[in-house]
Amino acid sequence: MLITCPHCGTRPVEEFIFNGDAAPSRPRKVDSDSAGQWFEYVYLRDNPKGWMDEYAHHSGGCRQWLVVTRNTGTHEVKAAVAVGDYVRGKAKLK
Amino acid sequence: MTGFRLDRGGLIDRTQKLDFSFDGASHSGFAGDTLASALIASGRQLMGRSFKYHRPRGVITAGAAEPNALVELRQGGRKEANTRATMIELYDGLVAQSQNRWPSLDFDMGAITSLASSIFVAGFYYKTFMWPKSFWEKIYEPLIRKAAGLGTASQEADPDRYEKAYSHCELLVIGSGPAGLMAALAGARSGVRVILADEGARLGGSLLFENEEIAGQSGFDWAQAVIAELASMSNVTLMPRTTIFGWFDGNVFGAVERVADHVAIPPHNIPRQRYWRIFAGKAVLAAGAEERPIVFGGNDVPGVMTASAMRHYANRYAVAAGQNIAVFTNNTSGQRTIRDLQSHGLNAFAANIVDVKGRKGVEAAVLSDGSRVHCDAVAMSGGWSPIVSLMCHRGARPVWNDTLSAFLPPDVGPQFVAAGSAAGKFVLSDCLADGAAKGTLKGKVLATPKCRDETFEITPMWWVKQSKGKAFVDYQNDATAKDLPLAAREGYNHIELAKRYTTTGMATDQGKLGNVNAIAILAEATGKSIPEIGTTTFRPFYTPVSFGALAGPFCGQHFQPVRKTPLHEWAEEQGAVFVETGLWMRSAWFPQQGEDWLASASREVLATRSGVGLCDVSTLGKIDVQGKDAGRFLDILYCNTFSTLAVGKARYGLMLREDGIVMDDGTTSRLADDHFVMTTTTANAAKVMSHLEFVHQAHFPELDVTYTSVTEQWAQMAIAGPRARETLNKIIDGAALDDVNTPYMAAREVTILGGMSARLFRISFSGEHAYELAVPADFGGGVARAIMQAGAAFRIVPYGVEALSIMRVEKGHVAGGELNGTTTAGDLGLGKMMSTKKDYIGRMMAGRGGLVDPQRQCVVGIRPLDKKDKLRSGSHLLTRGAKPSLANDQGYITSVAWSPMLKIWLGLALLSHGRTRIGEVVQVYDGLRNQHMLAEICKPAHFDPENARLHV
Amino acid sequence: MKYSVFSLLKNAFSAHQNWAPAWRDAAPKPAYDVIIVGGGGHGLATAYYLAKEFGVKNIAVLEKGWLGSGNIGRNTTIIRSNYLLPGNNPFYELSMKLWEGLEQDFNFNAMVSQRGVLNLCHTDAQRDAFARRGNGMRIDGVDAELLDVHAVREMYPFFDYENPRFPIKGGLLQRRGGTVRHDAVAWGYARGADLRGVDIIQHCEVTGIDVVSGKVVGVQTSRGPIKCKKLGLATAGNSSETAAMAGLKLPIESHVLQAFVSEGLKPFIDGVVTFGAGHFYVSQSDKGGLVFGGDIDGYNSYARRGNLPMVEHVVEAGVAMIPSLARVRVLRSWGGIMDMSMDGSPIIDKTSVHGLYLNAGWCYGGFKATPASGFCFAHLMAKDEPKDEAAAYRMDRFERGYMIDEKGQGATPNLH
Repeated sequence: MLITCPHCGTRPVEEFIFNGDAAPSRPRKVDSDSAGQWFEYVYLRDNPKGWMDEYAHHSGGCRQWLVVTRNTGTHEVKAAVAVGDYVRGKAKLK
Repeated sequence: MTGFRLDRGGLIDRTQKLDFSFDGASHSGFAGDTLASALIASGRQLMGRSFKYHRPRGVITAGAAEPNALVELRQGGRKEANTRATMIELYDGLVAQSQNRWPSLDFDMGAITSLASSIFVAGFYYKTFMWPKSFWEKIYEPLIRKAAGLGTASQEADPDRYEKAYSHCELLVIGSGPAGLMAALAGARSGVRVILADEGARLGGSLLFENEEIAGQSGFDWAQAVIAELASMSNVTLMPRTTIFGWFDGNVFGAVERVADHVAIPPHNIPRQRYWRIFAGKAVLAAGAEERPIVFGGNDVPGVMTASAMRHYANRYAVAAGQNIAVFTNNTSGQRTIRDLQSHGLNAFAANIVDVKGRKGVEAAVLSDGSRVHCDAVAMSGGWSPIVSLMCHRGARPVWNDTLSAFLPPDVGPQFVAAGSAAGKFVLSDCLADGAAKGTLKGKVLATPKCRDETFEITPMWWVKQSKGKAFVDYQNDATAKDLPLAAREGYNHIELAKRYTTTGMATDQGKLGNVNAIAILAEATGKSIPEIGTTTFRPFYTPVSFGALAGPFCGQHFQPVRKTPLHEWAEEQGAVFVETGLWMRSAWFPQQGEDWLASASREVLATRSGVGLCDVSTLGKIDVQGKDAGRFLDILYCNTFSTLAVGKARYGLMLREDGIVMDDGTTSRLADDHFVMTTTTANAAKVMSHLEFVHQAHFPELDVTYTSVTEQWAQMAIAGPRARETLNKIIDGAALDDVNTPYMAAREVTILGGMSARLFRISFSGEHAYELAVPADFGGGVARAIMQAGAAFRIVPYGVEALSIMRVEKGHVAGGELNGTTTAGDLGLGKMMSTKKDYIGRMMAGRGGLVDPQRQCVVGIRPLDKKDKLRSGSHLLTRGAKPSLANDQGYITSVAWSPMLKIWLGLALLSHGRTRIGEVVQVYDGLRNQHMLAEICKPAHFDPENARLHV
Repeated sequence: MKYSVFSLLKNAFSAHQNWAPAWRDAAPKPAYDVIIVGGGGHGLATAYYLAKEFGVKNIAVLEKGWLGSGNIGRNTTIIRSNYLLPGNNPFYELSMKLWEGLEQDFNFNAMVSQRGVLNLCHTDAQRDAFARRGNGMRIDGVDAELLDVHAVREMYPFFDYENPRFPIKGGLLQRRGGTVRHDAVAWGYARGADLRGVDIIQHCEVTGIDVVSGKVVGVQTSRGPIKCKKLGLATAGNSSETAAMAGLKLPIESHVLQAFVSEGLKPFIDGVVTFGAGHFYVSQSDKGGLVFGGDIDGYNSYARRGNLPMVEHVVEAGVAMIPSLARVRVLRSWGGIMDMSMDGSPIIDKTSVHGLYLNAGWCYGGFKATPASGFCFAHLMAKDEPKDEAAAYRMDRFERGYMIDEKGQGATPNLH
């Protein structure tokens, strides 16, 4: 599998460490009302079969966190962006 | 008549005679031979025994799919089991022996199993060997294990070397027959980077043995000209002896190059094999097609081989398998064999065979009209299967073609395409044109040379049902034609179930020869069509690959890199014994004459606690954190607060995971308003760095902060003991250290030894008045030597991680044994550190009921009631008088140490309700070592609980 | 027909023409009392025990592919009960005890072979962790031995003791651990369930779960709708997908785990051994192949195949442990999809939908759990209360904070 890092170019998969679904956002509140949100954020996953945006750390390269759009059924990689750009994109959609 | 060498022809060098031995007997062959061709030429058809019935077997192919002629090649640590004689290039002095037979290949006791073959049908073992129950491990299984298996692997270390390499190209061509050569030439002439790989010793593929005519010359000569042109081009890499074994995501191909398998011992500095990962823009599969056997009685008698193998041996190696050769074919390929064999003066004739007679060699064939014909070899052709394996490694399934009676490769997109006979093009001109078309990456498609064509026709015929003898589908595993209908009758009617029940296709050839026949027979048995039955799953490896190649140089001492601290040489000078700690080598203790580890570590503790000691703590992770928001960033990372820390001060910090469990701890110091230096544990340094990057980039990108791992930039040493300050004062520049300029938990930038910048932290893991001094890495050794000199008057000692560990257990400080990924801050007695005034990683989840349950095990101290008893880590704790049971299990000992100060074994433990049980006597359970004792629970700090020594 | 050496001899005389099918190729009926989704090891075992131990009748097992085509058909065949935590240990020991009598129980030779499982340790900290684990096992009545390096060397003289990067210091041995012929487990359970009237319906994919006012009433399948009173999901690898049909979101990610087999060899290594300084474990099948594996590739995946970096990683560790392996050849690799749960432990529980039960989250420990998983899931479905040994496998343990985290890695599925 190859991933095109926005900073480093196309690199082999072993340079990256994956950290699961990037879609859920960390809740901003820390009160008891938000406990359910926190539980869902930390523990529950859509775990899609198909396209998924996932966190990937380019630990063997630029050491930047990326969000990689990858198909979990075929391992096809569509895009990789810096996590900051992804978060800003997500905010815009809201 | 057995096999013999023809007088003329072949790509062998008759001037170079090579001697070799097989099963102890001396033979000779010529340069250019394979072990298989040389053995046949020596009259040796019998080369192996089958797996289950131990039937005599000869060579059946001339290539990589060979299921029968497997041998143990070489000896000692170089012995290699299951090596296909058809792929072994003959070299002088080669030593091989047959396998899976006892006492000898010619007389194999194992063959008595074939007498019971009416019982030993597919799956028989699932129905028996169940009584009596205890006999399985004791009797049945050991017998089965001994009888099973093929060759014997060496248990000596392999003395040869292996390498790994990467390569990139626009065009990878797999296979160098007519289609492959055209594809490579087309790509090469268009100027792109081309790799042409072929599993054979020589490039040329089928043109090395087929009589073809291309561009007015022989196919062989045409191939030589093309190869010469390719070899002359700088954009082309030719890789003979290289098997592409797998296709992976991203159009990455795995390959193994047999660099020195064709010589007895690899030359100095040359690896035996080289593993490649090839990154290809486009790949063309021109691997050709595999000829199928026909399933008839005695189709495994030595001397029966595929028609193409028969002419391969004759044309390329000048070897005949016999004088009178019956050719049984369902397609035009057989005609080619008859013609070629006749051209060598052999008596070859077409025959419709029902059964082949003979045991260790062919004696006669019974024909479909009932007549019997004398022959000493049989060639068979049941049609051709394109070698589609690689194209199916990523999940696609091949597609059945009725006209060709073959599965063709699937369409897997433009990055990987098949060409030539691998794509079902069984006519030469089509192969050449297809290769040219698929290999041309830009510009006009390369023109194809004229050639002589032969048409291809096939009339499907899979299984001769009138056969009386055993008819094999999978040769090596002894799966017969009758096994598949039996499997279907018993419910194993899906091809995958039939495969698993009969073991068809599970041998070392992975069904290359037999699978299509098996599918056809199963289709008939179940009343389905061949495409309805479909194939089993193709998976890597196309042909088996050695562990050595895949491991490359990463074994032995080079399995993982070694990290040495800047003080490593200094520690060596001091006589340190080192211990593996992750990738690091840490100095563990510094023995003086006659001391074991415990004596050494105890002496180091006593000397440190009474004078001064120096310890290398450079392996601790060090992260430099800078920026306007550095304090806020640390507040998010740690459960306690850092933004309020004064400049020039250090603070102990506790970091949680988002699930509320402790991740790491360490001391972080503030050097300036916008500048902190964080330390992590040795074990978690990389994890914490990655965590910082994640938390900042993914969750709090708005924070103005940067952070860099500086672990390797600094040498750090602890100077501990009541004479630590006096020692440091001898090397520090300017004002001497005192409690005013350097109070407890001070963090200062200082200069030492006349101007060297250093950082000084008055922090203590040992519980002593102590400092940590950090200096640029390259100065570490020199500074350590200077400190040793400065402390000589106070009898300074170097101390290692064993002494460090003893002192921290004496002090009750938590470390790896307690920070085990399941403990909370509360469990560690650090619950008060958790701020209630801010968000931090892990805050919300740490509040869940299960994480604050009073029943949780928390850290306590423990001491044996009888001072002579030795505590052991990993012992469990029970209420006194309770019987050992899971319900009564209350906790366990996490860390122990012999305390030279208190003259007793001390420990830390995790104990349910621990903090309410101080003073309780508990039962220590150590069933593993049969060491049980009573012990008293106490507070974690065993020694100097008031921390008075920090300030002496 | 009972399988025995006598029935084998008898059938040999009739050229094996008269064997009854091991199971019927059942077609779906309109309704069942209990439907199990997933005709793999856990699903078939559940149906078997429901019928045999709990007297439930009218059961169907729905399998989207062929029988046993899930992880029961693609694992490394190891059984053991050497667990660390009290939530796990009794469950896996129950499983071990069931393995020990399984073949006689379902009259099928699954080649349960207790040749020992040895975990190597290379540091003092690892040995301490093994001591904790081994004592926890013994306290629960499970066999465990702590070996020093000499004892390890006596068992396996051909490991690297001379030139290792991480010296072997000893190991934790469970002699009752071993291997089982994995496909035969599915076949034995299927045959046993079929004999007791269970309909095993292959090539029947569940496409929807019908829920009416919070209660399961049936499933939609590729072979039409089927009604049921109780529905059990045993679809590890695809649990998130099947549970989503009932609107449930699980604490699970799907990951690919590769495994490998070498060419067949004469007896080379007797028991199961795991390397402690890298990801590698190995055993030898009765057929002679070295069956080995390592770690998951690390990225979410539903594709049953992995990539080269993990292949290399595993094989490097193999050669580091056994230098002579360099000359052995790897024959085949494959990949299975693991339900990686958020604490590395499984779920056997009711769900918020009435009548819907979940068996999931087996990470890469599912094979050894097969008998106990089936038994406990059957118990739960039949009695609506968990069997004691599986009582910790509640789904709400994450929300309540009672995780069963053997590795101490937290909510990071790819690290379990």
